[in-house]
Amino acid sequence: MHLAYPAVLAVLLFCVGIYGVLARRNAILVLISVELMLNAVNLNLVAFDVWLRDTLHTGQALTLFIIAVAAAEIGIGLAIVLLVHRNRGTADIDRLRDLREPEGPDDEPEAPAEQGHSAGRQTA
Amino acid sequence: MTTTTLAVLVPLLPFLGAVAGLLLGRRAPGFVRPLAVLPTLLATCLAGVIAFQHGESDPLKAATELTPTGNAALPVELALHIDGFAALVLLLVGVVACCVQLYSTGYLREDRRYSSYAALVSLFTSAMFLVVYSDDLIVLLVGWEIMGICSYFLVGHYWETRAARDASLKAFLVTKLGDVPFLIGILALASEMGSFRISTITARLGSSLSGFHLDNPTLIALLLLAGVAGKSALFPLHTWLPDAMAGPTPVSALIHAATMVAAGIYFVARLLPVFAASAAALTVLALMAAVTMVGSALAALAQDDIKRVLAYSTIGQLAYMAGALAVADRGAAVFHLVSHGAFKALLFLGAGVLIHAAGTNSLAAMSRMRGLAQRAPDAYWTMTIALLALAAIPPFAGFFSKEAVLGAAEHAALGDAHGVPVGAGWTVLISGLATALLTAAYAARLWLRAFHGGTQDAPDHGREPAVMTTVLWVLALPSLAFGILYGVLPDWFDGHSLTPTLITSVLATGLAGVGGIMTYATWRHTTVFAARVPLGAVAAHPERDPAVSEVEAIVSHEPAYGDRAGAPDPADPGRLLLGPLYRHAAQGFHLDAVYTALVVRPVQAAARLVRFLDRTVVDTYVRGAGLGPRLLGSAVRRAQTGNAQTYLGALLAGSLVLAVAAVLVAAGTGGA
Repeated sequence: MHLAYPAVLAVLLFCVGIYGVLARRNAILVLISVELMLNAVNLNLVAFDVWLRDTLHTGQALTLFIIAVAAAEIGIGLAIVLLVHRNRGTADIDRLRDLREPEGPDDEPEAPAEQGHSAGRQTA
Repeated sequence: MTTTTLAVLVPLLPFLGAVAGLLLGRRAPGFVRPLAVLPTLLATCLAGVIAFQHGESDPLKAATELTPTGNAALPVELALHIDGFAALVLLLVGVVACCVQLYSTGYLREDRRYSSYAALVSLFTSAMFLVVYSDDLIVLLVGWEIMGICSYFLVGHYWETRAARDASLKAFLVTKLGDVPFLIGILALASEMGSFRISTITARLGSSLSGFHLDNPTLIALLLLAGVAGKSALFPLHTWLPDAMAGPTPVSALIHAATMVAAGIYFVARLLPVFAASAAALTVLALMAAVTMVGSALAALAQDDIKRVLAYSTIGQLAYMAGALAVADRGAAVFHLVSHGAFKALLFLGAGVLIHAAGTNSLAAMSRMRGLAQRAPDAYWTMTIALLALAAIPPFAGFFSKEAVLGAAEHAALGDAHGVPVGAGWTVLISGLATALLTAAYAARLWLRAFHGGTQDAPDHGREPAVMTTVLWVLALPSLAFGILYGVLPDWFDGHSLTPTLITSVLATGLAGVGGIMTYATWRHTTVFAARVPLGAVAAHPERDPAVSEVEAIVSHEPAYGDRAGAPDPADPGRLLLGPLYRHAAQGFHLDAVYTALVVRPVQAAARLVRFLDRTVVDTYVRGAGLGPRLLGSAVRRAQTGNAQTYLGALLAGSLVLAVAAVLVAAGTGGA
């Protein structure tokens, strides 16, 4: 099989992933997009490994390694998203802007405790 | 114990007493009085022993190197030099300090700050001992400066009053103004003569074989004179002394009459060959002395505060000593220094008793009190003796010492003194005779107004503490009889005769008599006015400290009379005697106003300028330097939106640009 097919597929996957990371608002979908980008890289690694006929198969080994790390990462990521949703009642990245620079002295970030309180009641 | 050990103990004992007094003052109040009196008393006894062992024999010298200075030929040494001058002045300082310490136990008996006061007086005494004994200029300077700072603290003892705060600061600043040239003068003198030892310097100057000579004798002598003028209150640096009367009376007696101001005179006496090397310096000294003595005597005639009268008279008597030095007779100067120290300390301590008994420090108020002499008989009799000594009436101590000064001046005026300008002699002689008249006049005025007033009875404030009146009699003895020693003293000094000469004695005593009689006549004439104008703010606390009466007298003088120096009293004989001069004399001839215009205002203006430069000019640059980064920072802060996707987008765009650039560069170099 020609190298171009998996390479093009990887580029498409990566672009979809970038689009998702930059454009989606839902944190879970952003995480899924990150996974897409990772897997595009994995696909490249496997394809080039085969194409280069590497006797040690470093590409495939690295792919397995990335899959393991990605599993851990997505586990933690989803847990964070879950907690954020419980505390804030939303997982919308556009609205999670507590770390922004305040415009002026009056423009304090919204108090998280108060919001978490109301969100907790909502979920309960 | 050898005499050297004894001599070392003399300054050390009061110093240790001062340290112990400062450390233990709060914890063990019972020890404060013994710690104040005993070390000084013991040191005085030792000083007496030393004086009688070494007064007439060769000078005692001992030295040990204190510290190297970087120049092996110029070490700073802890050196002693005890000759007749040192022994006698030391005895005077010890006796007066003892009297003052004893007197203070009564005068400030309930004062809250008595322990620190007594410790500072001890420290001051120790510093004066050091100055008198030291043969090394740098060690002498240390004692000199310790006296300055002790004087600052002691004058400011009643720091609750504004007058005392101002006076202490003024005393410190004015004496320091003289000390700066003084230090330069010492260094210049030591570098030209190759030694800090006074005895070495005078020996090298005296011998033509030593190979040392002064290149700039006038400059060095004038630099040293500035410090002497500051310390010994000579014109034009005398203005601190009358104001320093805002301190407690014992302090005035110790510091501003008998010891600290004597340090300058004593210093010149020790280094007289340096001053005698320059005729110009002697002339300047003579002129300073002449202006000081006549001016201060006129000012004393117009003062209303009894202590200010005495302060101006101190300035005048110091000028007599300076005059004796200007005609290069240090024996006469130290003779007058010692007798003046005794009778002036007595006058001040008596004035302290009087202020307590009358409840006021104003002569105008005292002149309206009948029977003050009966209320304070000890003060009356001892002050009478001291005033007679001050007016140089034979046979009191002041007569012999003043005649010694005038005799030396006459000697110089007739051209008999070697190396002394004749003009200096005439200046001192004429001003000295004029001052003799004025001195007798203000002494008589003080005596008549303080003790012989009388429209209403003096308030009865109870008896004075016995310790205070005893001290007065102790000091009355030398005031009465010290002058008789004029025949013995030349052996202790340089050997110049101190016997009064006929012409000057007759002239000066005659003038003094004229002054006294004139004042008496004027007083008889003006005293009828006293009945018409009742005056006075009398503070009375018979059961409290005498010091309390004094503080209240100082505070109430200005509101009561509108002025801290004079009082608008038509019964004052000085007003009639001085005529139109009276107003100016009361203000010390407006020298303070001149200093305010010449020094204080420019300094304050300069301070305002510096403040303006700092606040407005320098700070603007500092703020401007901060402004640019602040603006830039607030612009960059806008990018911090809190939206992670924006950050990622910017990151991606940035890496794309970098990648494209890298590719282009690689292609460019590859193509080339």
